[in-house]
Amino acid sequence: MAHKILIADDEPNIVISLEFLMKKEGFVVAVAGDGEEALAKVAGFQPDLLLLDVMMPKKSGFEVCEALRADNANAALKIVMLTAKGRDTEVAKGLALGADAYVTKPFSTKDLVAKVKSMLGIV
Amino acid sequence: MISGWFVMLLAIGYLGLLFAVARFGDARADAGKSIITANVYALSLAVYCTSWTFYGSVGRATSGGLSFLTIYIGPTLMLLFGTVIAKMIRISKAQRITSIADFIASRYGKSQLLAGLVTVIAVIGVVPYIALQLKAVSASFDIVFGNPVDASEPWWADSTLAIAAVMAVFTILFGTRHLDATERHEGMVAAVAFESVVKLIAFLAVGLFVTYGVFGGLSDLFRKAAASPELARLFTVDASRSGSWLALIVLSALAILFLPRQFQITVVENVDESHLRRAVWLFPLYLLVINIFVFPLALGGLLHFNGGGMDADTFVLTLPMAEGAAGLALFAFIGGLSAATGMVIVETIALSTMVCNDLVMPWLLRSRWVNPSARKDLSGLLLSIRRGAITVILLLGYAYFRAAGEAYALVGIGLISFSAVAQFAPAMFGGMYWKQGNHAGAVAGLLGGFGVWLFTLLLPSFAKSGWIGKGFVEDGLFGVDTLKAQALFGLTGMDEISHCLFWSLLVNAGLYVAVSLLTKPGAVEVTQAERFVDVFRRPGDGGASARLWRGSASATDLVALLERFLGPARAQQQLAAYARTRRLDDWKRLPADADFVQFAETELSGAIGSASARVMVGSVVQEEELGLEEVLDILDEASQVRAYSRELEAKSKELEAATAELRAANDRLLELDRMKDDFVSTVTHELRTPLTSIRALSEMLYDDPRIDLNERKRFIGIIVTEAERLTRLINQILDMAKLESGRAEWTNGAVDIVAVVRESMDSVGQLFREKGVELATCLPESGPIVLADRDRLTQVMINLLSNAVKFVPAKAGRVTVAMVTAAGEVRVEVADNGPGLAADECEVIFEKFRQGGNTMTDKPQGTGLGLPISRQIVEYFGGRLWVESEPGQGARFLFTVPLPAEQDNNQDGDN
Repeated sequence: MAHKILIADDEPNIVISLEFLMKKEGFVVAVAGDGEEALAKVAGFQPDLLLLDVMMPKKSGFEVCEALRADNANAALKIVMLTAKGRDTEVAKGLALGADAYVTKPFSTKDLVAKVKSMLGIV
Repeated sequence: MISGWFVMLLAIGYLGLLFAVARFGDARADAGKSIITANVYALSLAVYCTSWTFYGSVGRATSGGLSFLTIYIGPTLMLLFGTVIAKMIRISKAQRITSIADFIASRYGKSQLLAGLVTVIAVIGVVPYIALQLKAVSASFDIVFGNPVDASEPWWADSTLAIAAVMAVFTILFGTRHLDATERHEGMVAAVAFESVVKLIAFLAVGLFVTYGVFGGLSDLFRKAAASPELARLFTVDASRSGSWLALIVLSALAILFLPRQFQITVVENVDESHLRRAVWLFPLYLLVINIFVFPLALGGLLHFNGGGMDADTFVLTLPMAEGAAGLALFAFIGGLSAATGMVIVETIALSTMVCNDLVMPWLLRSRWVNPSARKDLSGLLLSIRRGAITVILLLGYAYFRAAGEAYALVGIGLISFSAVAQFAPAMFGGMYWKQGNHAGAVAGLLGGFGVWLFTLLLPSFAKSGWIGKGFVEDGLFGVDTLKAQALFGLTGMDEISHCLFWSLLVNAGLYVAVSLLTKPGAVEVTQAERFVDVFRRPGDGGASARLWRGSASATDLVALLERFLGPARAQQQLAAYARTRRLDDWKRLPADADFVQFAETELSGAIGSASARVMVGSVVQEEELGLEEVLDILDEASQVRAYSRELEAKSKELEAATAELRAANDRLLELDRMKDDFVSTVTHELRTPLTSIRALSEMLYDDPRIDLNERKRFIGIIVTEAERLTRLINQILDMAKLESGRAEWTNGAVDIVAVVRESMDSVGQLFREKGVELATCLPESGPIVLADRDRLTQVMINLLSNAVKFVPAKAGRVTVAMVTAAGEVRVEVADNGPGLAADECEVIFEKFRQGGNTMTDKPQGTGLGLPISRQIVEYFGGRLWVESEPGQGARFLFTVPLPAEQDNNQDGDN
């Protein structure tokens, strides 16, 4: 059964490219445009992995991550934080809040796909 | 008429009450719970108000009108200079000063000559003043008894002698109750404060009774008085007497400091320097209150007795008696008795201390009778001497009263006394503030001033009483015209008090300054001058003062000396306290060093005065006389050390200030650094976002050539758009950086602002047509000319228009451009019917990288730099850019550009 991936980002063009990339790899993909929508889609869509942008309207990626990790139902969910701000403190903050990986924009598509696959246990 | 026995009993009873208050005060002081508070201290200063105030002010007011007030204005003004009194108190505490004679003698080298001289002046000046008190009490007795005043009775039948005797007993009980002679008299101070309250209430009671009981209030009284031309005269302040006013104010200002009783109460009896802060306003308030009814009483008395020969000095008693208010008259009598008693007790104690320490002791010390190796405890002898002095002074007062009787010499004595003690002023003030003032100068000044006082004031008063010939007053001394006693060197047109004050102080101060400058001071004087003048600058009285003494001493001798004059118990108590300050358990182990000698001399000063103390200490220690040069060297060194430490203090303050400045600068830099960091981080984010789409999409296109053609086209379209966005962003960041750093290039010229607006609208017209948004205008044909950069202005206009079209809804959108010229500027307005802005957003949108709108659907297409750049540009032209908006009501962006000059205004005025 195909893994499900939720993409949460407020930049439409980045969403387009991520959606295309993940679908091409055979994942089932859903999209959220802000923090609140992301939380709602996690509950409804039940993804295996979340690609989560940090700078989003309504709720930031950090807040979303914190809220998800506070709920045991999402223990199995893998979270990959995406950010255009590459400062060390932000990487550390993301990981401390329970993110499984941290990827800086702009990213290499190959590396991102490899990382997603390894996190989902697909070799 | 009131029974004589009753009056006597009442008077004795009242004195008994005063004594009980004093005993209570002493008991509390012994128990270490002093009742001398700031209020008690301030009230005790009112010993200034004697029976001369109580009865005499009314008398003065009947003849001199308002001039009686000068006696109270002077002290009030003097208390404004509280620092002078504070310095006197500080010096006196440090030097254990016991009287004003001691103060002056101590300052000028602990001179026995000066101490004696000051004492003699004080006694001669003040004894008649005591006589005046006796006379007032005696007169009040006679009035209450209903007897005529008669000074021709034989002395043994005279009630005044009885009064003087009772007062002497009371003074001895008050002032010399303790066996040790150094203690302050807290009980006496308490009693004086108490009597001050009694006399105040008594005087106010009479004032209220006469003003509101006998007459119909103040206005009634004044109206009746004004009706009489004789009395109306009293209301006017006579300009020709202003010289006298000035002299009286100066005199009383000096008297409040230098009358022996005032010095005693203000300085010697002060227990806490902070009490002075209360006294400086409470005492003047007291003077004000006690004077409120003086003038009404004077007018009331004159109206009531209608010039019927009644002595105005007795109105306070005779008015209530004439109205049949016997009880009130008795109360007034007690008030007057109170005023006289307080004055006599304190004045006599102060004078007896001076006589004992500065006249009798020096003589005793020279005689063989008190040879240092002879008798043991002398403290009892000291007290006996003081008791004797008290008795003698009161007897002298009585004798003067008997001799002078109704003569002029007694009536005018208040001011004559004031003039005598005013002679202390140059030596006192000079001593506290002028280091060069020396012993020879002080002696010369005092002698000169006192001589002039004798010649111009005291002797003429004797002459007027008919005791001595009037020749020196009327024809001049030895018949020399310029030496007329009350018109010296042809100085006429002044009253006698002003005349005496002018000449005596001129001679006194002149001699003091001149002789001080012409002679050299002794070594001890220089030391004392330093200690007095710099009293506030030498907190511990440390190193230098100990080094100013050199010699050898035996501790046993010093202890023996202290025990003899203080009594063994008190001496050992003081020694133990002193040993503790030097961290020794047992005073018997005290080393006989300079510091101990200094301590012994200071302790002794408290008992027998500084001059005698110095002689006594000198008799048991072998002192090596320090040369003047040596003393000056030591003092100079000490003042250099002080100057140096002040310099260090100033330096360290400077350093502190510099550190604080640096810290503030550093904080500012850190803040700037943080802002820069944030900015770089934001810019990075803004650059990386488009770059992310470009890289991801182009990698996918590159990796997979099989992607559907439509997808390819779409992706490449996105890449182009994002690349354009990136370019725009970089341009704007650079533009912003240039504007902010001031390196932008401006080509300013005369610009038709309407033309600029129209051009801008044309260039964005396509955007409006594509989205179906209406663009309306309200513009004049040709607009005002402004001085600006045409391209920059266009940039602002295009930015506002493209923002507007971005936020309005497609098809239903409407944007209006308008222009108004007013108040020296032209205002351009771009209004839309978009979603509008919340109040907090109205400022936020002008910050860098902050945009309106929040959701993915209306994600704004822009860099977040357009408005900040536009604002920078408008402000560069001297205008403003802002927005007015409410959510749901659309937004109005407005900017102004100032019109350049007057003639342009006129030219475009019709638009």
